[in-house]
Amino acid sequence: MAEVTGIKEIIKPENLAYKRTRIMTDNVLSYCPGCGHGTTHRILAEVIDEEGLQSEAIGVSPVGCSVLLYHYIDIDWQEAAHGRAPAVATGIKRLLPDKFVFTYQGDGDLAAIGTAETIHTCNRGENILIIFINNGIYGMTGGQMAPTTLPGMRSSTSPYGRDVKVMGNPLKITDIIATLPGTYYVTRQSVHTPANVRKTKKAMLKAARYQKLNKGTCFIEIVSNCPSGWKMTPVQSNKWMEENMLKYYPLGDLKVPPEETVQNANNPEKK
Amino acid sequence: MAKIRGSIVVNIDRCKGCEVCTVNCPTGTIAMAKEVNHKGYFYAFPANPDLCIGCANCAMVCPDGVITVYKTKI
Repeated sequence: MAEVTGIKEIIKPENLAYKRTRIMTDNVLSYCPGCGHGTTHRILAEVIDEEGLQSEAIGVSPVGCSVLLYHYIDIDWQEAAHGRAPAVATGIKRLLPDKFVFTYQGDGDLAAIGTAETIHTCNRGENILIIFINNGIYGMTGGQMAPTTLPGMRSSTSPYGRDVKVMGNPLKITDIIATLPGTYYVTRQSVHTPANVRKTKKAMLKAARYQKLNKGTCFIEIVSNCPSGWKMTPVQSNKWMEENMLKYYPLGDLKVPPEETVQNANNPEKK
Repeated sequence: MAKIRGSIVVNIDRCKGCEVCTVNCPTGTIAMAKEVNHKGYFYAFPANPDLCIGCANCAMVCPDGVITVYKTKI
């Protein structure tokens, strides 16, 4: 393993501040440089590690860029058919109610082909966590238009920009899901800056804890970039995302558990 | 007042050269190398190691998790 190091005297085990978690396997991620998937995988693995869920977690991987997710995180996995991850996760959770069950899906998987499964799973209030990566494009198949593509945004199937009259409006699936009574915690985060990475991790930690309460579906949308699909460098794509995507998909909690709202009202400084 | 010093280790074999770490470094410690790794990517490396404060921002945003951070008080 080739390495470059900073000041050698500081590099001692007792000074360790941050290290890639051991739950991540040594396989090299198949994603393009700068893709938000890698960051999200790492956060997810850190949450599983910190909560001690490695033996209890069962993930359902989707079809899309993250189809090989089971190579990267060292827990139990099940691959689902395109868009059917929430249905598979429902079955797993009902048979093994003590396990931590989650799905990890992209926007083509969750918001296009799997819309029915997603909405009905959330409406039934299945006690699973759904992680939704929204990059506004079909990344794996070559940058085609997705339901979440912004108006006027170019993709390989909308080369003159998305025309809402012909191609419809972008689908804010997280907002739809937040209105369903079955969901317990619905939030929208991103992973393009260190602050947002920390917030996303906090949201995932919360969701992992809420699952033990058996109160309903937790749903985390992560607005992400797709440098290859958007035809930009990773840094440009993060900037473009901040300027355009986050205007249409504002970050923040869309639904917080009622108990927590009461708690925050009693301790305003704890928010 | 105690001064906080940090140091980073970059696994250059895994680095894909996305440059996200360089724009998120508050002190300008990390920069892109002029050489490429065995995959042909320009890798990130601590160009100004004396400036590092061990904030782990680079490691937080690194999609491939190639950066390990050490931190100490002097």
